[in-house]
Amino acid sequence: MNWTQLLTDIAAIIAVSAPLIIATMGIYLSERAGVINLSVDGSMLLAGMTGFAVAYTTNNLILGFVAAALVGGFIAALIAYLGVRLRISQTAIGFVLALLCTDLSSFLGNPYVQQTGPAVPAWPIPGLTSIPVLGQLFFRHDAVIYLSLILVPLLAWWIMRTRSGLIVRGLGERPDALFARGIDVIRWRYLMVIVGGVLIGLAGAAYTLDLKQGWTYRHMAGTGWIALAIVIFGAWRPWRILLGCYFFAALQTMASRLQDNAWQIPTQVLQVAPFVVMILVLAVVNSLGAPELQRWINRLPMPLRRVIRFLTSPAPAALGKPFIQQ
Amino acid sequence: MHVSIQQINKSFGPVRANQDITIAFAAGQIHGILGENGAGKSTLMKLLSGVYKPDSGQMFINDHAVTLGTPRHAVQIGIGMVGQDPLDVPVFNVLENIACGLQMPNDADIRQQITHWSTTLGFPLSPDQRMRDLTVGQRQQVEIVRLLIAGSDVVILDEPTTGITAAQVDALFAALKAIVATGKTVLFVTHKLDEIVALCDTVTILRAGQLVGTQLAMPVSKETMLIAMFGEFFTHAQLSAKPIPTDAPRWKLHDTQLHDATFVLGPLNLSLPKGMIIGLAGLEGSGQRLFMHHLAGITDPDRGQIDFNGTPITRANPTVAWLPADRLHEGIIGAMSLREHVLLMRDSLLAPLQTAYEKSTQLIADYAIKATPDMPLQQLSGGNQQRAMLALIPESAQGILLEHPTRGLDAVSAMTIWHRLQVRRDNGATVLFFSADLSEVMQYSDAILVFFGGQVSRLLARDTLSEEALAALIGGVGFAEVTA
Repeated sequence: MNWTQLLTDIAAIIAVSAPLIIATMGIYLSERAGVINLSVDGSMLLAGMTGFAVAYTTNNLILGFVAAALVGGFIAALIAYLGVRLRISQTAIGFVLALLCTDLSSFLGNPYVQQTGPAVPAWPIPGLTSIPVLGQLFFRHDAVIYLSLILVPLLAWWIMRTRSGLIVRGLGERPDALFARGIDVIRWRYLMVIVGGVLIGLAGAAYTLDLKQGWTYRHMAGTGWIALAIVIFGAWRPWRILLGCYFFAALQTMASRLQDNAWQIPTQVLQVAPFVVMILVLAVVNSLGAPELQRWINRLPMPLRRVIRFLTSPAPAALGKPFIQQ
Repeated sequence: MHVSIQQINKSFGPVRANQDITIAFAAGQIHGILGENGAGKSTLMKLLSGVYKPDSGQMFINDHAVTLGTPRHAVQIGIGMVGQDPLDVPVFNVLENIACGLQMPNDADIRQQITHWSTTLGFPLSPDQRMRDLTVGQRQQVEIVRLLIAGSDVVILDEPTTGITAAQVDALFAALKAIVATGKTVLFVTHKLDEIVALCDTVTILRAGQLVGTQLAMPVSKETMLIAMFGEFFTHAQLSAKPIPTDAPRWKLHDTQLHDATFVLGPLNLSLPKGMIIGLAGLEGSGQRLFMHHLAGITDPDRGQIDFNGTPITRANPTVAWLPADRLHEGIIGAMSLREHVLLMRDSLLAPLQTAYEKSTQLIADYAIKATPDMPLQQLSGGNQQRAMLALIPESAQGILLEHPTRGLDAVSAMTIWHRLQVRRDNGATVLFFSADLSEVMQYSDAILVFFGGQVSRLLARDTLSEEALAALIGGVGFAEVTA
């Protein structure tokens, strides 16, 4: 493998990860506020299908993305109403909606299967493309990929460094404490879940209008579940989630590259390998946080302990728990 | 700021937690709110701080009517509360915890304010400490500083001295005096008489949801406060208590210290004899549950040792039975019948159903349980569930630990239960129970342990105590003389 080949691969990984990153950031927002949106996979399919159908019919890309965002936002609003307001199990609602939206996308998307519609044009940024290495890696993509590149630092800054971000973190940790401070927990959670849903919808359209261009049955089925797993892998921290997205995309790229080699590994093994690796990494990282191991970890030198602590940061304490106003 | 409320009512289902409360709090003073557990103190404070909405009634700030019912209003008005378990976010640091929800936009200003208030009040706080690394006392200090930075004029503290060290209590009292010196108002909720005497300018006493003493200017005698808290005392006709035997004890605690997330009890040196009913007196949450958990062997003590019949207690000792108050949650499996429970307790995995049927029919007769052997226990009334739990204690049990054995039961059910417990005692079992009802403790105990301020008294023969004396001990009056 030579240098140009490596650069091309990395640029491809960055491009392929874009929808995944947008979806994980949507999940991240929602879960930081304490609400699990388990419908991601179905949401992405339905939003992606709708986005493609609208863009195809109107021949207008922007309208396509707007439609996808609305679908994602609507499903999220439903989850917020049922899960936050009516306090029904978020797991049950999310799961049912995931299944429902998947089938709905297949049914409603029937007329658009295998059609050629509009696609997001490439948009190399003039001037920056000629920077060696960086230019090729980051600045020869399209608007969707640029969005994925901006989204992570933007949300990381907002959630970790601003006062309103502090409120969002508090919502996922201890909503009672925020309620006592005069914050309308229900309204904030609604807002965050819906904004998260809009991002998930956009991620769906990023597939049908950009990465995979077009619509087929169960177009990118499975991606939503992977996105949910990556947020756990990323321990609800934006930069680690980004790392998780690239790690997963890299594993997939490697898998497809290894297929061409004469290693005699069956294709199926390579296709599921990234999932298996994800599970193993999750298992190792999670077990590092086990209380039985804490005594041993506390004996390690400080830098090592820092690394382990970084890897084992726990889930938001109030994640998935309904807030009951007294 | 002058706060007054008029004709406030609040009910939870059939329970009238606050009835027609009318009261005014003058600015610049520490007002004590005194009462037993369940007297309605916390409800009243939660109404003032907007956590609860009143069913009816009106609140006035400087004689202007204001709306109650959300913390947002209370924060805007300038009323803040420090709960028993401070409402903070464990993963935040002190600065973030204070900044969250605050109108002040600049972190540097907040840092400066934290330094200012922690110096003024004598709290050693640093803005960069993580909340989860702090003790309850320190978290409480953070909450007080937060309320002051948020501009609260009325600071409510709900049982603030539970679970904090003596040094922190001193620091807290000094800080509260400094706060009212600036013209702010402090409402101090407690059940400890000594604290009212040491700290407060006035005392307001609640009993069973009603005001029984309003804004009495201190000093008020402890006797007056006790009578107001518990009502007039009357003595029951009662069986004479068994004298405390001196042979080898059932339980023995050697220099034992117990703790849970918020509470430290001990060090304790106690011998609990065989064949006695021992009542644990004290306000709820004074460590009785912790004590029973350790006697049952569910939790290991911090240090020291607990012996049962001369050997260290082990987990799941079949001769110790623990009956928690929350029957359906911890005690029995609601969806299963008495017969299934009997079957569960069999050693043999293949015990035939028929023998369990006979056994449960017999238990139903012995304990006067109104049920069939196959009725799911959750369908039974509280009294029948309680009797079923007692019935399920194996005959071989030598130690029986009960929490609120007759709470919510009618008099007849309660008497049946006590009768069965007395039979168990006469067979040699040691029965420990905790009840919030003083007269029940006085009526059925052979000996009494009093819990107060993280300590336990020595075993007191019931015949040496009157109900008044016991009430005084629960409030901490004269408690030092009865500790071992």
